[in-house]
Amino acid sequence: MSLIVAENLEKTYYAGEIVVKAIRGVDFTIEPASFAAFVGPSGSGKSTLLNMVGCLDPPTGGTLTVAEQDISLLNKKEAALFRGSTIGFIFQDFNLIPVLTVAENVEYPLLMVQNWPRQKRNQRVQDLLNAVGMIDQADKFPSQISGGQKQRVAVARALVTNAQLVLADEPTANLDRKTAHKIITLMKDMRDEFGTTFIFSTHDPRVVENAETIFTLEDGRLLQGSGGNHV
Amino acid sequence: MFNIFKLAIRNLRRYKRRTLLTSILITLGVVAVLLFISVSGSFKAMMVGQITDSMLGHLQIHKKGYLASIDSLPLDRNLKGSQLSKVKEILDSTSEVDAYSMRIRLGSMFSNFKETTNIRLNAVNPTQEIQTVPMLLDRIIKGRKEGLLAKGEILVPELIAKGMEVKIDDTIVLVATNKDGSVNGQPFVVRGILEGISGPGGRDGIIHIDDARSLLRTEGKEVSEIAIRLNDIEDMEQVYSSMTATLGPLKNKMDKPVFEIHTWQKLSPFFNIARMIDLMTLFIKVMLVAIVLVSIMNVMIMAVFERINEIGTIAAIGTVPNKILSLFIVEGFLLGLFGTLIGVIISLIIIGGMNVVQLSFDFGRQKGLLLAPTIQTGDVVTVAVIVILISVLASLQPAWKAARMDPITALRHV
Repeated sequence: MSLIVAENLEKTYYAGEIVVKAIRGVDFTIEPASFAAFVGPSGSGKSTLLNMVGCLDPPTGGTLTVAEQDISLLNKKEAALFRGSTIGFIFQDFNLIPVLTVAENVEYPLLMVQNWPRQKRNQRVQDLLNAVGMIDQADKFPSQISGGQKQRVAVARALVTNAQLVLADEPTANLDRKTAHKIITLMKDMRDEFGTTFIFSTHDPRVVENAETIFTLEDGRLLQGSGGNHV
Repeated sequence: MFNIFKLAIRNLRRYKRRTLLTSILITLGVVAVLLFISVSGSFKAMMVGQITDSMLGHLQIHKKGYLASIDSLPLDRNLKGSQLSKVKEILDSTSEVDAYSMRIRLGSMFSNFKETTNIRLNAVNPTQEIQTVPMLLDRIIKGRKEGLLAKGEILVPELIAKGMEVKIDDTIVLVATNKDGSVNGQPFVVRGILEGISGPGGRDGIIHIDDARSLLRTEGKEVSEIAIRLNDIEDMEQVYSSMTATLGPLKNKMDKPVFEIHTWQKLSPFFNIARMIDLMTLFIKVMLVAIVLVSIMNVMIMAVFERINEIGTIAAIGTVPNKILSLFIVEGFLLGLFGTLIGVIISLIIIGGMNVVQLSFDFGRQKGLLLAPTIQTGDVVTVAVIVILISVLASLQPAWKAARMDPITALRHV
C-alpha cells in the first residue's frame, strides 16, 4: 500500500483580495522506503506540497492520505500528535534546540512528544547517534559542532521516533559540497537501514541526482512524466 | 513536567543577563515590600501595644454619653451601684477577659505652692491598673515603680513636672470641684514622673482611686470608665460584640441605654494612622504586582519573539500546543520563584540585621523608641504567592501566543 496518496490536491492562499493558487490539482503516490524529491524553481509550490504532506498546512482541495490517515480531517492537536508519531523533519537551517546537547536534541521527540521510558529512550538515542556517527559528540551543544554535524544530529532526531516518513526541506542548502554529499549518503543509508521514506524539496542538483523518484513542479502543477523512477 | 522545568531552566540560563536583571527587579520589589511590611507592622504593633498596654486597655466601658463629653471629664456621667455590679458580673464571667481596671477621670488644679496649673487625672486602683495596663510602669521615668503608687501619692506627667519644676518627694496640692460644685483640696507627695505618650490620657497624672473619692467627696463607689485587658487582642472584636449584645440593650428607669462600649480603635486617633499604614502597605503591594507583571511580561514577550523559529521547530516535530504553553509559563514561574526566593532571603537577613543594630526613632514627644521589625510567616507567604501568581499570569499571554503559533509561519521567521 502506498505511503502517500494525493488526489487532485489543491492549496489556495488568500491575502485580502489576492488569491494565490500554490498547488493546482496535483495527483501522486509515494511508496514506502522511497527516496524522493520535489524539485522546481522558487515559487513552484514544492515547499507548500512538503508542508501539506507534513501535516503543517491543510489542503484546500482534493485529498491527501499519509500513512493511511486523511490529513484534512486532523485538527491542530491531532496533527501535532500525528507528526510526532509518523513524520520526522529535517530543516535547511538544522533547527536544533540551542540549549540542549546533541544527545538531548535527539532525545527531545522521545521525551516531549512520545514520552518513552528513560532506559528505552537512552538506548534509542545511543543507537541513532551511533548510526549517524555523532556518538562522540553527544554531550556537545549545537554551537560547538559544525554545520554538517548539526545536520547529522537533525537526521538522527528525525529518525529517532521510528518515523515512517522524513521530510527534508532543502537539507543541503547550507552545506558545502563534500558535507552535502555525506549527508545525502547518510540519509540513503538510513533509508536502507530503517526502511524510512525520505522526501526532499530541493533545487540542489546533488540531491536531485541521488533521488530515486523525482516530482517536478511548475506553477503548482506536476510536470508530465514526473514521479517516475529516476535511477 | 520535570523535563519542561529542565528545559525552562536551560532557556533562562541561555539569556543570563536578562534573567538576572528581571530577577533583580523582582527581588528588589519583594525586599521593598517585606521590609515595609516588617518595619511598618512593627511600628504599628509597638504603638498599638503601647497605647493599649500602658493607657487604654483593649476595651473600655463608660456610661452612655460619657465619651461624647470626655474633654470636660464630666463627673455626673459615672457608673455606680447596680450598674457597676452588672459590669463586674459580666467581666468576671468572660473567659477572654484577663483583667480590668475601674477608673475615675477628673480635672483638677495642680499647685506647687508657687504656681498653679490645670491637670487631667486618672484615679486608679494600682493593683487593677498594673494588671490591665502592665506597660504603665515602664512610663515612670523617675521615681519608684513598685506597686505603681500608694494613697496620698501622685504620678506627675513629665510636661507638668518640667513646667512646674516639681521633683520626686515634693509635696503638691490638688484642688478639684465635685459634681455638686463644691471645691476641695488635698496634698499629695510626688511619687514619680510619668512619660507622656501620644493619644488620649497620654499626658494625664495618676492618683489612687480612694484619694479621688475623698478629693471629690463621692459617696459610694462610682467610676468614670472601666478599662479591660483581654488575654488575646485578636479576640477583641468578638468580645466587643458579645459585650455590646449583653450590655447594650440594658436601659435605665427613663428607658435610656446605660452603657457604651468602645474598642481602643474608637478611642485612639492612632487607629487612623494604623489604617493609613495598612493602606500604604496595600499600595506598595500593588506597585510590586505592577513591577512583576510588567517585567515578566516584557521578558516573556521577548523570549517568545526571539525563539519563534525554535517554537516552529518543536511544534513541527510534534510538540502539542499545551506543552509549548507550559514551557513558557514555567519559565515565567521560575523567574518569579527565583526573584522571590532571593528577595525573601535578603529581606530576612536585613530584618535580622535591623534587630541586631537596634534602630531607634522618635514619635511625637516620645524619643528613642526602639524599632524591632519582625515579619509574620503569613506575610512572607502572601507576598511570595502574589509574586509567583503574577509571574504566571504575566507569562500567560506570551505563552498562549507561542502555543497558538502556526509552525510554518514560525519556521519561516528569521
